[in-house]
Amino acid sequence: MTKEQIKATILEIIAQIIPDEDLSNLKGDIPIREQVELDSMDFLDIIMELRKRYGIEVPENDYMQLATLDGSVAYLEPRMKNL
Amino acid sequence: MDYDVLIIGAGMSGLAAGIRLAYYGKRVCIVEKHYRVGGLNSFYNLGRRKFDVGLHAMTNYVPKGVKLAPLPKLLRQLKLKAEDFALCPQQMSVIKFPNKTLRFNNDFDFFVQEVVDNFPRQADNFQKLLKTIFEYDELNLYTKPVSAREVVSSIISDSLLADMIFCPLMFYGNAQENDMELGQFVIMFKSIFCEGFARPQAGVRQILDVLVKRYKACGGKLRMKCAVKSLKCANGRVESILLENGEVLTAERILSSAGYVETMKLLTNHNSSDFNCPAGQLSFVEFILVLNKEPTEMGYNATITFYNNSDRFNYRKPDELVDVCSGVICCPNNFQFESLLPEGMLRITNLANFDLWNKLSEEDYKARKAAWLETTLKEVVKFVPDFRDSIVFTDIFTPKTIHRFTSRINGAVYGTPNKTKTGRTHLDNLFICGTDQGFLGIVGAMLSGISMANLHVLQKM
Repeated sequence: MTKEQIKATILEIIAQIIPDEDLSNLKGDIPIREQVELDSMDFLDIIMELRKRYGIEVPENDYMQLATLDGSVAYLEPRMKNL
Repeated sequence: MDYDVLIIGAGMSGLAAGIRLAYYGKRVCIVEKHYRVGGLNSFYNLGRRKFDVGLHAMTNYVPKGVKLAPLPKLLRQLKLKAEDFALCPQQMSVIKFPNKTLRFNNDFDFFVQEVVDNFPRQADNFQKLLKTIFEYDELNLYTKPVSAREVVSSIISDSLLADMIFCPLMFYGNAQENDMELGQFVIMFKSIFCEGFARPQAGVRQILDVLVKRYKACGGKLRMKCAVKSLKCANGRVESILLENGEVLTAERILSSAGYVETMKLLTNHNSSDFNCPAGQLSFVEFILVLNKEPTEMGYNATITFYNNSDRFNYRKPDELVDVCSGVICCPNNFQFESLLPEGMLRITNLANFDLWNKLSEEDYKARKAAWLETTLKEVVKFVPDFRDSIVFTDIFTPKTIHRFTSRINGAVYGTPNKTKTGRTHLDNLFICGTDQGFLGIVGAMLSGISMANLHVLQKM
């Protein structure tokens, strides 16, 4: 997957978790949870969904790296480039 | 290993935990002792009539569209739609004490106004109390227990108002006698006064059916009439699970909703110094009265009435079989349903003493049930219209009944007063969810299962 595809995938996963939120203006460098109503349980679901769909394991200590959209893309790129 | 996770108990918390785990691909098995799901919130039939146990009203109700509240949180976590539970809001509930009545519905501002109108000199204090409640982080699993009685009485100087606020919160989810842990108080205050009551037209069956279907659709395994006999431990872990039928199962992790002390007693060579936790003492008797008319025809429109007839509200294990001084009168008909329920019904719940009920002979047991029904009816008709001539069918359950069907020590529906908020035990792979983890009520129980499944399984394996 390219960076753009990874970003689209993350947005699609978030949209599935919180379908009522508008994600079109989500900024890449600000924590996702500061921009939309996404609690820690919802955040866990992004990680679980990545595991369920693509078999990507994100250890608990790395969760913070997925706090922003840009951070998520950077973290996932090496793990998703061959998908 | 037979399973990634074995869950003990197919109640609200076990099923919710099971859905989370099965949805994310864990191999999960729920073992349930009873032939029916639900645990403390279950149901039964007598003849053609259907009855609920536990659920009077589901607390935490917020209308569709509200996002930041426990109910929508749990729906998102279980990938369910708001419509799935088919919740219908309450009409109006009341707290009736000598010479004072406070009404509340699902509009919090209405309740605030009721308090101000009835206790004008406490208006500022009540605002202070609300500030304390809203600033408290009740979801923090690591806060030290604080007495809610002390906190409330330091703010509200009229003990009548304090008692009236405590009454519904204690009846609907407090395991401690005469006091309440502040976190529990905040959770219950929000779930009852700030959010509100609702009920599915089909009662608790609606919720359980949805959970079981969802769990099975996610690939979870559910084994009924399958009791755990013991948990074999070695090296600080549960190594295997022995079932009553002799079968042995193995699982990486175990989530138990059986109650904390109840779970510890399943451990082979358990040592009570490993778990310094008292058994719960608070249990209830419930009188279920089927009527030949709708309660509204008698002029009774309240959904739930919480009553108390003495100077102070006493929430404790009574010295007699039943304490009729205070209680809860639930009218399942008085919700905003689309059509009428088949019959009128009132359910009266009072504090009761397990030991006293448990030691009665069979004959005495029956006689005492009938006698206490008369006593409690005489009391409650001071708070609701006299409906005694309209009763066409009666059923009664006692702490002994609760114990028989749920295996809770002392029939204590709210479990031990010492909650295990983190869910951890002294064993590495054994965790507590449900009532004794500490999120109470139906929504609370489901959230408990969800958060323990997230914290101890999904984030770790």
